[in-house]
Amino acid sequence: MTLELATTAGRIAEPASHENSPLCVRGLTVTYGQKPAVFSVDMTIEPGKMTAVIGPNGAGKSTTLKAALGIIKPVSGQIQVFGKPIDEQRGRIAYVPQRASVDWDFPTRVIDVVMMGLYRELGLLGRLRNRHKARALDCLSRVGMRDFADRQIGQLSGGQQQRVFLARALAQDADLYLLDEPFAGVDAATEKAIISVLKALREAGKTVVVVHHDLATVTEYFDNVFLINTRKVAEGPVETAFTADTLQAAYGGRLATAQVEQLSRAVG
Amino acid sequence: MLFEALTLQLGYNATLVAIGATLLGVSAGITGTFLFLRKRALVSDAVSHATLPGVCLAFLLMASFGGDGRNLLGLLIGSAVSSAIGLWCLNWLTRNTRLAEDAAIGAVLSVFFGFGIVLLTVIQTLGMGRQAGLEGFLLGSTAGMLWSDAMVIAAGGGLTLILILLLRRPMTLVAFDPEYAAARGVPVHLTDMAIMGLVMAVTVVGLKIVGLILIVALLIIPAVTARFWTERSEHVVLLAGLAGGVAAYLGAAISASAPNLPTGPIIVLVSFALFLVSLLLAPGRGVLAAVLRHRRFQRRVHLRQGLLALAQGQPIYEKLTLRLLRRAGLVRADGVATDQGKARAAKALRDERRWEIVRGDQTHEAAAALYDGLRDIETVLTRDQIAEVDSMIGGPQGVAV
Repeated sequence: MTLELATTAGRIAEPASHENSPLCVRGLTVTYGQKPAVFSVDMTIEPGKMTAVIGPNGAGKSTTLKAALGIIKPVSGQIQVFGKPIDEQRGRIAYVPQRASVDWDFPTRVIDVVMMGLYRELGLLGRLRNRHKARALDCLSRVGMRDFADRQIGQLSGGQQQRVFLARALAQDADLYLLDEPFAGVDAATEKAIISVLKALREAGKTVVVVHHDLATVTEYFDNVFLINTRKVAEGPVETAFTADTLQAAYGGRLATAQVEQLSRAVG
Repeated sequence: MLFEALTLQLGYNATLVAIGATLLGVSAGITGTFLFLRKRALVSDAVSHATLPGVCLAFLLMASFGGDGRNLLGLLIGSAVSSAIGLWCLNWLTRNTRLAEDAAIGAVLSVFFGFGIVLLTVIQTLGMGRQAGLEGFLLGSTAGMLWSDAMVIAAGGGLTLILILLLRRPMTLVAFDPEYAAARGVPVHLTDMAIMGLVMAVTVVGLKIVGLILIVALLIIPAVTARFWTERSEHVVLLAGLAGGVAAYLGAAISASAPNLPTGPIIVLVSFALFLVSLLLAPGRGVLAAVLRHRRFQRRVHLRQGLLALAQGQPIYEKLTLRLLRRAGLVRADGVATDQGKARAAKALRDERRWEIVRGDQTHEAAAALYDGLRDIETVLTRDQIAEVDSMIGGPQGVAV
């Protein structure tokens, strides 16, 4: 909605005010060494919507997500999840990391990976029971991977690996889903399967945030966008925040003019 | 003699050593598995070498206060403290400098070990070394093992196993997917510290039996051995415990059965023998299985190509292909297809078409994932499904299935 270009730089973080936002970030700054990857970013995710986090390579998309989840320690910034500190709300957040972040030769089966989503609920010593297994199998069915339950994870294709990760997130039965590049390098069938699962989650009132790189599908898949290039560029509904101007601002010269025109025509 | 050793009939000391070593082997195998899964196996080498200065300083301290410098518990506490310092240095170097972990391991390992050797030499020149027997900590020495020593080892090993039972889920999760673990609120750094702490405990406990130079073998080899036999992490853990226990028990028995066979190194060699057997013979991941699988696959490829060539009336030049076809009775000596050969060739061609449809249809994804260009379609689809696929192909129905 707002077009804020570098105007937030240097501002002191103000307390989060959006009580009912599933994820509210204020003044987030993350640096690798001395170079800021994300600088003074505010983000307010709207409940019950699908939001795409968009920006060029190295713009801090994944970093923002990881910092919001506490995987990376930010230099400064406040994060609130459903109006509370994140550590009180871990049970309500499901995270789908990038596929390449794990070793797929790890000795484990598909069903075991999905059941990792239940570890928190099981505690340290809780027994895995049949109902847990049934739930894991159900989650695999939802992503069309039921028949793969007993396969070793190394035998899966990239798209299938991605769907297993999504099934693990589904097993958590969370309220907020954060996905890091789920469509990167997957086949068309997987993309379709994932997007229909995400839409079903939205129908069920859940909130979905996706780090996304394919500008062509943004308007088709998402309600809201969050444009970032180290600093926040724009945030809001696709119709107002995903425009030729905001894209130009986020990508600078990196998008060909023709590409921008084509996209803005798609936006309408 | 070996039989007596295996049945614990070689006297008090040999029995103590065998029991102590087995307990150590089991806990080292299990603990080492998590290290191996976390891909930090070599950290244990730095940890073990870093124990030496602590052992020496503890000896000097206890001796200078007039106590018994050889008190095992005191020496082990000293070794734990110095290996903890070594571990802290290692973590600090990898987290706060640009040094990669392997380089940091090398630096910590050599510096601590060097310092330890200096202290050891000093102790020996002070004239206390001969009685101290501290050099036994380098390669292990079980000759004078006491009941209390065995108890220390048993208690340490038992405690390690209890902790692992408690922490197995977070440790597995952190080993497989640390980012996801962090997002779920699992304290990743703390869990890593716990893994390292357990490794340290096993190392310290194992100093007396295998010594600090070889303890790394007890931690890593069983895990690697177990990995050959299974694709499930919890089974790797259990099998590694089994492999570690068996190797330690056999090794202790063998070394007790003849004079002057060092216990620690023999245990390591037995452990290596188990590894070698697994490397060669394990189904699935073993070398022999891989070679056989490749040969079998190659033959199937040739046979399939031959059949498709027959079906399409193309000449076959490849000698292996012809030999295989002849041996299967599919072509005559002059290279002309037999009746059976013709039928099989037609079936092969038809299967190609069926696979084409299966692979293009998302509802058959699990079946399509098994496609290797060779597999008979009946192994992945039911008769009804095949009939359905055939109806999509059209043409003459009921070709020999």
